[in-house]
Amino acid sequence: MTANDPTAVFLTEAQELLEQLEQSLLDLHGALDDSDLIDGAFRALHTIKGSGSMFGFDAVAAFTHHVETAFDLVRKGHLATTPALIDVALAARDHIRRLIETPDVVDPQRGPAILADLDAVIADGGETDATSTPTTAPIAARHRYRICIKLPEDALTTGNNPLLLLDELRALGEAEVTAIVDDVPTLDALQPDVCTFGWVIELETEAPKSAIEDVFLFLLDDMTLDIEESAVPSPVAPVAPTVVEPAIPAASVAAPAAPVAANDERHSDKATASLRVSAERLDELMDRVGELVIAQARLRQVATHSDDQQVKSIAEEIERLVLDLRDTTMGIRLVPIGSLFGRFRRLVHDLSRDLGKDVVLTTSGEETELDKTVIDRLADPLVHLIRNAIDHGLEYAADRSAAGKAASGSLKLAARHAGDRILITISDDGRGLDRARIRRRAEENGLIAPEAELTDPELLQLIFQPGFSTAAQVTNVSGRGVGMDVVKKTIETLRGAIDVRSRPGAGTDIVLSLPLTLAIIDGLLVRIGTGRYVIPLSAVEECVELTPDDDRRSQGRNFLNIRGDLVPFLRLRELFNLSTPPDPYQKVVVVSSGDNRVGLVVDQVLGDHQTVIKSLSKLHANVATFSGATILGDGTCALILEVDHLVQFGQALEERLKAAS
Amino acid sequence: MTLSNIDGALQVLTIDLNGETFALEAGLVREILDTVHVTDVPGADPFVSGLINVRGRVVPLADPRLRFGMNAAAATIDSRFVVIEIDLDGDPTTIALRADKVHEVTELPVETLEATPAIGMKWRPEYIRCVGKRGEDFVIVLDIERVLTGQLLPDMALH
Repeated sequence: MTANDPTAVFLTEAQELLEQLEQSLLDLHGALDDSDLIDGAFRALHTIKGSGSMFGFDAVAAFTHHVETAFDLVRKGHLATTPALIDVALAARDHIRRLIETPDVVDPQRGPAILADLDAVIADGGETDATSTPTTAPIAARHRYRICIKLPEDALTTGNNPLLLLDELRALGEAEVTAIVDDVPTLDALQPDVCTFGWVIELETEAPKSAIEDVFLFLLDDMTLDIEESAVPSPVAPVAPTVVEPAIPAASVAAPAAPVAANDERHSDKATASLRVSAERLDELMDRVGELVIAQARLRQVATHSDDQQVKSIAEEIERLVLDLRDTTMGIRLVPIGSLFGRFRRLVHDLSRDLGKDVVLTTSGEETELDKTVIDRLADPLVHLIRNAIDHGLEYAADRSAAGKAASGSLKLAARHAGDRILITISDDGRGLDRARIRRRAEENGLIAPEAELTDPELLQLIFQPGFSTAAQVTNVSGRGVGMDVVKKTIETLRGAIDVRSRPGAGTDIVLSLPLTLAIIDGLLVRIGTGRYVIPLSAVEECVELTPDDDRRSQGRNFLNIRGDLVPFLRLRELFNLSTPPDPYQKVVVVSSGDNRVGLVVDQVLGDHQTVIKSLSKLHANVATFSGATILGDGTCALILEVDHLVQFGQALEERLKAAS
Repeated sequence: MTLSNIDGALQVLTIDLNGETFALEAGLVREILDTVHVTDVPGADPFVSGLINVRGRVVPLADPRLRFGMNAAAATIDSRFVVIEIDLDGDPTTIALRADKVHEVTELPVETLEATPAIGMKWRPEYIRCVGKRGEDFVIVLDIERVLTGQLLPDMALH
């Protein structure tokens, strides 16, 4: 896809508009009379229709037109917003999306079916006002206007077509248009993109003055518009009201959407400060920056060993620039997670309707920013988790009341920063995980031995095993035992971790911990034997010395006393099976993951290192100790330690030791 | 790929492993490097116990000698790393192989190629694609994919 393919631009734009429409509709559910939301929905529909027909998506335009008309009625107060209307509109929105994205496989019956529903809703909800509409129509007096317009000089270059504006006026009634050419310069001074014309229009119409102004709303601020009203000699038989489709009973005022679209225009004025760039280009940029960081590390190495002050100062300057460039580049890729949360409101809405459970979704931390790649790949796992929470976690209203809880279940989506990780929490206040049932299922499936002793976190992690499902019945929502393992796998490929906490009867929290970015991290370079390793700096809490005393005392019980806290430590040298003797003064790097800490014993702490993460190949897929590798300034490779894994390992060691003592 | 779809001759790179001559399909080979610093990967299968930097990419280093029960002898002045690119489970993967010596790219005429004899072979037959002849010597053409994945034929699984 090239950036200047107009159809592609339309597709992206339509996607955004559809999302905006969905949000407005879902918001309307809670605030049926909110005119801003109604206008928002209408604007989105109007723009989809407009650009749809412009880019040849005629089916989209034709279908959207009906929905737009309905919302126009709502906007004008002729039709009340009802939940039924919103549901039909949501269905229509989905249909529009299908028409845009997969026009070839759309069920031809679907569109008319939705429109029939829409008509039914309009017939129901519109009744109160439908009576008023016809009564106002005959009363509407015919007016004669003399309209003088002069467009701003740049009207042509800002995408306005005076002829279309005139056509819109003609649509209001009988119009006689005269052009004023006084300001048109002579041919040699003529600039074809400067609008020097003015027009005088004699218009006879039933529409009020505001309808005329609406035609020019796009331009109203910059143009001159004089409207003089004069009495109409005779009430001519009303020109057939320029009503849209016979399918829609309530009459709609013709001059359609220009007024509202004007707002839209102003929005996009602000938006011109941002650019649409394809993700591929950003990826390329990130790759280049990664290479630059590695080259810079080499330069730094050369410069430190050089006596040339000039080289040193240039190297330092380049280092600063590269770091800025790195941060800027990563910043470009960050997207607020709210865009992702927004998508789930619809999911929750639909699930709550399908399952007959009342669910209140609350979100927080929408402004938390995450790498675009992470956000994209997070969508599916979150869908699974939300489905599970609503389907399995939350009880039916009756059960909830019996348990003394509010009838409607609560589902919370929260995101927040924690160091350079993002924590995303999905919490429900449902029945919580049934540990006995998980255990039983795991034994039945042979995942654990019947007598196996498991810690609570270990037991809860079983739900992420492939083929694991405790749902008594398979519903079409969840319960097939696929999903949770996929969730875990996806999160792990993002270098993330999942934590489950569950309180029986009070709900379940699932916490996803994800790295801010996938490409470059700050690392702490350490040496163990002759090998050098990188520890993600975000996980490092402190470095302490392992005194020979501590070392001797700790034989057999690997604990370190850090300001009164016992912290288990791992001798990486032993873990890595190194035969060389340790340095006399070893260091302990204390790292944390979640609430747990563990010390890693290394020979030497070398310093910080800009780490460009390179993933390990499939041949090393079974090595859990390392999350990837990087290239150091001298051109050799160094492995990046997987802190989550080491902490778990350390904790397991600690528990075993505790159990043994 | 079977033997029947090779036209004319099979282009191979001949290498020495522990004094024996083996061959790799030349089409897989990307470059041949002098030995460089190898980063050990603790806990990895000894067969792929290292990583090297190939033009800014982190590439696993495999030692095919270990698949044939040979000893991992220390590097000599003749030792080379042969960088190949191959599909593993559908993903193109760059891998370096240790070789004790690299000879040349040569052509094995298709009529000299023979399927692996079921018996009389010193090496595990599942790691061998075919046997060719170069002059008077036999050259064993490796089935690199199987060598890398350590995949055994079902009826040969000895574990």
